[in-house]
Parts: sequence; structure tokens; C-alpha cells
Amino acid sequence: MLLSVQDLTISFEAGGDLSEATRGVAFELRRGRVLALVGESGSGKSVTAMAILGLLPGTAAVRGSITLEGEQLLGAAPDRLRELRGGRIGTVFQEPMAAFNPVFTIGDQIGEAIRTHRRLTSAAVRERVGDLLGTVGLDDPERIARSYPHQLSGGQLQRSMIAMAISCDPVLLIADEPTTALDVTAQAGILDLLRELRGRIDTAILLITHDMGVVADLADDVVVLENGRVVECAPVARLFAEPAHEYTKTLLDAVPTFGATRPAPAAGAGILSIRDLVVDYSSRVRAVGGVSLEIAAGEVLGLVGESGSGKSTIGRVLAGLTPVTSGAALVAGTSPVTSTSPVTSTSPVAGISPVTGTSPAAGIDIARLARHPWRNARALRRARSGIGIVFQDPASSLNPRRTVADSIAEPLVLHRDLTVAQQRVRVGELLDAVQLPAAMGRRYPHEMSGGQRQRVAIARALALNPPLLIADEPTSALDVSVQARILALFRSLQDDFGFACLFISHDLAVVEQLAHRVAVMHRGLIVEQGSTEQVLHNPQHPYTQRLLAAIPVADPQRQADRRAARVPADH
Amino acid sequence: MTVDVSRHPLRSLTADRWAVAGGVTIVAFLLVAAAAPLLSGLAGQDPYTYDLNAVSDSGAPIGFGGGISADHWFGVEPMTGRDLFAIVVHGARTSFLVGFAATALSMLIGVVAGVTAGYFGGWYDRAISRFIDVMFGFPWLVFVIALGAIVPAAFPKQLLIILVIGLFGWPGVARVVRGQTIALRQRTFVVAATALGAGPGHLLRHQYLPNLVSTIIVYSTMTIPSMIGAEAALSFLGVGVPPPTPAWGRTIGDAVAWAPTDPMFLVFPGTALFLVTLAFNLFGDGLRDALDPRTIR
Repeated sequence: MLLSVQDLTISFEAGGDLSEATRGVAFELRRGRVLALVGESGSGKSVTAMAILGLLPGTAAVRGSITLEGEQLLGAAPDRLRELRGGRIGTVFQEPMAAFNPVFTIGDQIGEAIRTHRRLTSAAVRERVGDLLGTVGLDDPERIARSYPHQLSGGQLQRSMIAMAISCDPVLLIADEPTTALDVTAQAGILDLLRELRGRIDTAILLITHDMGVVADLADDVVVLENGRVVECAPVARLFAEPAHEYTKTLLDAVPTFGATRPAPAAGAGILSIRDLVVDYSSRVRAVGGVSLEIAAGEVLGLVGESGSGKSTIGRVLAGLTPVTSGAALVAGTSPVTSTSPVTSTSPVAGISPVTGTSPAAGIDIARLARHPWRNARALRRARSGIGIVFQDPASSLNPRRTVADSIAEPLVLHRDLTVAQQRVRVGELLDAVQLPAAMGRRYPHEMSGGQRQRVAIARALALNPPLLIADEPTSALDVSVQARILALFRSLQDDFGFACLFISHDLAVVEQLAHRVAVMHRGLIVEQGSTEQVLHNPQHPYTQRLLAAIPVADPQRQADRRAARVPADH
Repeated sequence: MTVDVSRHPLRSLTADRWAVAGGVTIVAFLLVAAAAPLLSGLAGQDPYTYDLNAVSDSGAPIGFGGGISADHWFGVEPMTGRDLFAIVVHGARTSFLVGFAATALSMLIGVVAGVTAGYFGGWYDRAISRFIDVMFGFPWLVFVIALGAIVPAAFPKQLLIILVIGLFGWPGVARVVRGQTIALRQRTFVVAATALGAGPGHLLRHQYLPNLVSTIIVYSTMTIPSMIGAEAALSFLGVGVPPPTPAWGRTIGDAVAWAPTDPMFLVFPGTALFLVTLAFNLFGDGLRDALDPRTIR
């Protein structure tokens, strides 16, 4: 047995209270195997990895046993642990950009890792660095070794990080969410690399992840953690085929899977019309290079693409936050006083009258207004009252110094002439609509969970009953079971309120659940758009095909088939 | 990350022993300053009356510890025999008046300049920032000494000092507030409010200021002692509060010459100045920890 964790209990002392991060965690890992520790945030999976590395903060009390090749790691001398870290145990972290020192070259940093554990001449170190970078599948290792972190892509950095982790032939590789920060095509490459390395250098991999697709793709055995306890431990095929524990089932059910698409709604009047939009961030960086899009009333358009594709820029342009270089973004004029009258109604949805959209041709050109935000302040304000926005990270999109009720009331204060009592009623309706108890309104954002905060952000975006909602990756900062509930809520709200929506996401499975139509962006251009059914089930453009093939499916057997069928992705 | 939701800022402040000690000291000195005539009146003293019986022919105070007695609790001032206790308690009034008023003035200017520069940006920000740089490099002490010679004698000296150290004290605040405002401008909740259609007034009042309040409060408590110190420094140099108005700085300045023969003359006003500045700094430190809702203890 290579690694054996027995009865691991980790507790943290905070302000006199003792809180347990893990309770009696136990698992074993053999050479040449991949063990996945799976769980949602707060499940104790990262803490367990840190305990193996001996990197827990001083406030942590650890009981139990961790043995590596029969050697007890708990209570081992700091010198010995330092020798093991980077020597017998290699580590790959989540954020490759943050894990490298920005002022040294990649080659220097990998070389330093080697020199810490071995006495080699500088020529030998250089040669070894070149070998390692070649091993992890980087073309032109010389150039990579000379590069600084900011000159490389996320995928290249993560490969370099893996090169550093395996530099001293570790027997155990700990990969803490190794692909979470990466795009799906880069992720596929890294997962392939890890799988290949496991066989080639005969190392064991402890994979920490929240993504069931990644588990299905790479793991041999799975340990499911819930609130610091192991609830299930099984080989990967059995876990997916017949999950024994209730929590595992919930986790698997929450994973968005490809299946039925939403039927397109009856064609409504146009709400949004983007024509030949070009956005340059500087004379050299073109974020959006001529994009045209249409959204009809009550329609959800999924805008998908990888990081840097320009999809978020389009969202920001529509909010009037980014000046455009050329092109137009026409938003239908809003019917002015529709949502002041229903404030006395008790039902959350009744009284929110359907929005009568005018032709966007007669609407407001936000792109033109945003060019002079001060001069056009008044017109811009009016345009913005017809657009709601939900941002990616609910923790930062709510003002930490204001109560949740104040945040939700903000659009009402800005655009509607309501008394304080009327505002309170409307805030109550909105909280009810997003299924939060009215008493939550008195809380501050830091007193809520991530899912609750995102519900608040959605309530704020819907406060004015806008005809158009922009959702920029609204669920990607959330745990998968929370994401499933937020998506269900979003869908029912969309049915009830009938707003049109630009749904920006990198997650194709999420988009499939919500969107009527899909547009795929790649390097600032829309490469394919059409009905969800058409784009996601019968993609025409090679980029869309590659994107779809790169997504790991939460089913080990099907994933193995997909992997075999996949054309080798470029990285 | 766990955050204790039940903890009110006041409770975490009272849990900080040093902050409580600082706060108690400040309150004690404030009471002393407010009740200065009463306190010195207990022994029948005031800070202006000469008592030549208490000093010898050479001017040195007669008796133990600079003339400490039942009448003169802190001893007397050399040469004049004025009661040192009365001078110290009345001096607290001068220090607090100048300290608070100058701080209020410089916070007002600094916050307005900093927030507007950070919020509007562009040429306005560049102009303000360059002006701040100039203010930082300005030899204000020389300027103040020169000013003392020019300003007509009829102009109230205390007001002049408040104006001068207030008008030279704001660049630090402005720079901190400007930096915070720029950081806030990129926070998602500010972007969200902008995207909701909030104008400058609403943004400044509801988004920026509530998130700047703790910085402003903490910076104020940290500025007060430096303003008190600046006033003391000016009085020490003889260009501050004119005699006979009691001021710690001037007394300390006088006492330096007497330090070998009458050390207690230096110790009493010096200790008072030290205690007040330390107390404000401790209190400000505790306040900063308590006011940040994300501080984990």
C-alpha cells in the first residue's frame, strides 16, 4: 500500500470554538492508481490533501494516521516533511497562474525544485528541465523554459506545473482541482496527460475535484466526502452505475447532462439586436471582431465560448459598461410604468405584467450611448432600467455593507417613485419569487451561502421586471447541487416572468438546459449559431465539434468511448 | 472560512483589551479637559497666577520633585511658580481643540479630494494627484514659521494653527481614499449598481461611502494624535499657541532647558502627550479590526 489514511480527524479552533473539518476519513491508494476525492465546498477534501502534505495552519489539530510507504507522516519532523514534499510527493495546484512566481522564468522555477532535492550541475539541471517539459507534452521546451508565467496560456502553465511536480520522480502526485481554472479543451489535454503519466512513471495520483465528469474521465477509485465524512468509497464504474449512498445519488443527479433541449418559444418581437459589433481593448487587442445577434422577447440565447472568446465583453457592452469601437447594440424601449402598480399584490408573479416589446430598430443604441457615458447619462440610465444583470460571483456582486433587502431595493430606488412601504412589499415579493424567506432581507451578504446570494442577485436583476436579462456565468462559482437548484429556479422564473435572456456560459450542458438558441464564440467571432438542438446535437463548425468532444461526461464507460473517438485536441 | 454572524463591531471592540484601555484613556483625558477649571480649582489654582514663593531666587522650584505639595500637585513652573497641574489639565484643552478641529478639516478636504479623484479619474485625477505630490514635498514647517511672522497679530493664533496643520494634513487621507475608491470602482457590486443605472450621486452615497466609512474613521483616529503632535511641535518651536495660553508643546519646550535641575517639569506634560497619542493609536487599531466585517478572530 502506497498511501494509507486511517481515521483522519482534523479540527480547527476559531475563537474558542472547535469545528471539525473532517471526521474519521479513511482511504488507501496503490501505485499506478488514481483515487478521486470528491465533494462540494466544505466537504474537507482539500483539507485532507493539505494534511497529507503537512501544510495545515497552526490552528488545526489532526488525529488519526497518514502513512506513505509505511512511514507515518503525522507528527513527522518538519525537515523530513520538506524532503517528502516535492520529492516523494508532487503537487499540482488549482490556479497555475497564481502558483508560479511571476518574476522568474518557468525553467528557473522547475530547476529550483530539482536543485532543492538533488545535487546536479547547472547543465544537468537545464537538460532535466528540458526533458520534463517535453514529457508533459509541450512543444518547444526550450522556449517554454525561457518564458515567464504571463507569456504562457493556462494550459501550458498547468503542464509546466505538472512537469515541476514530477521533477523528482514522485511516488504520489496530489492534484488539487488541476483543471478547474482551465478551459474545457485545455482540460481534456491535461486529463489525458495525467492518465498517460500514471502509466509511464508508475505514480499514484490523488485527484481532488468537484467535477463528476473529471472523475469519470480519470479516476479508478472514488471517495465521496460530505461534511468531512466519507459517505461512499467505490471503484469508479460501480459508483456511477449503482451509487449506494443517497448523497452520491444527489451529486450525480445534479450534474447537468445532455438530453432534451428546450423547445423554442413562439416567435416574439425583437428585444435585442446587435449588429457588426467590434470592441477593441487597445490598438492591439480585439476582443470582439464583428458580431451580430438577435434576441426575441421571451427567448433565452446561450452564448458559449472559452475564456478570452469575447463572450463576457458582449455582456458588458449591453450593460453600457464597455465602449465599443464600431457597430450597434439596439435594445427595445421599455414600457415605462408597468411594475409600479402591482406592488400591493401578494403573489410574487401575478401583477408582473408581460412586457410589450417594441421593435429594437426603434430602440436605444446602448453602444452609441456608452461612447459618451457622461454626456448621455440620462438616456443610458433609462436604457439600463430595461436590462437586468446577474454576475458570476454573487459574493462580490452584492455590497458587503448593505443588507440584502437594500440591495434588492436599489433598482427601485433608482428608477421607480415608490414609498418605503411599497418598496418593502416589492422586495418581499421578489424574495418570495426567488424562494427565500422574507426574514433573509435583514441579513448581510456574508451571512448567507453562495446559492442564497445568487438568488438575491437574481431578485435584484428582476426588480424592475426588465424585458432583457443578462446572465454572465451565473452558476459557475457554485457547487454542483446548488447550481442545479439555481438553474431550476432560473428556468421557472423565465417561464413566469417571460424575460428574454442572454445567458453567457462556458458550460455547454448548463446552456442546453436553459437556452432556446445557442451562439458559439471563438476568438471574438461567432462561429456557429442556431437552435440548441441543432448546435449542440449536430454541430457543423469544427470548433463547436471540438468543444463538445472535450467535455468529460459523468459516465466512465461513455467517457472512455468519447475519448477514443476524440480527435487529438491542440493545446 | 467561518464568520461569526452574532458579533457586533462594538462587541469585538470591547473584547480588544488594548483598544478598551486606549478608549478609557481618551475619555479620561476628555473629561479632564472639560473639567479643567474645576480640577485645578480644587486646590485653588489656575494656570495664569504667578506664585513666586514657590520658586527660589535662581528660579528653580523649592521642594521635592519640582515643588510637589498639597497646593501644587504636579509642582510648579520654574521662574514663575505657576501651578503645573493647572497648566497640564488646561493644556489638554488646547491639544484636543487643535487636534480635533485640524483633523476634521483635513479629513473633509482629503475625503472630498480623494473620492472625486478616484471616481472621476482622467485629467481631474491627474491634477489632484500631482497637487497631492506637491503638498507632500512642501516644506510646511518652514512655511508655517514664515507665516507666523506675516500674519497680523490680531488674527487668533489658535485658529491659524488649526487652519495651517489642517490644510497641510489632508494629502495622506486623500491618497488613501483615492486608492480605495479606485479599488471599489472595479468591484462587481459597484459595476452592478452602475449597470442598474445608478448615477454618480447614488453611487457615491450608497456604494462608495459605506465602504469607505471604516477607513475614514480609522484614519481619523490615527490622524488626531499626529495633529496633536504637530501642534505640540509648533508650540515647542515657539511658533504655536502663544503664552500665556497653556500648551503641552510649549511647556515641554521650556522644560528641556530645565531638565537637569527640574526633571519633573518635563515628565508631567511629556507623559500627558505620550499617553494621549498612544491611546488614540491603540483605539484606532482596535477600531480598524472591529469595523471590518470580514475580520476573523
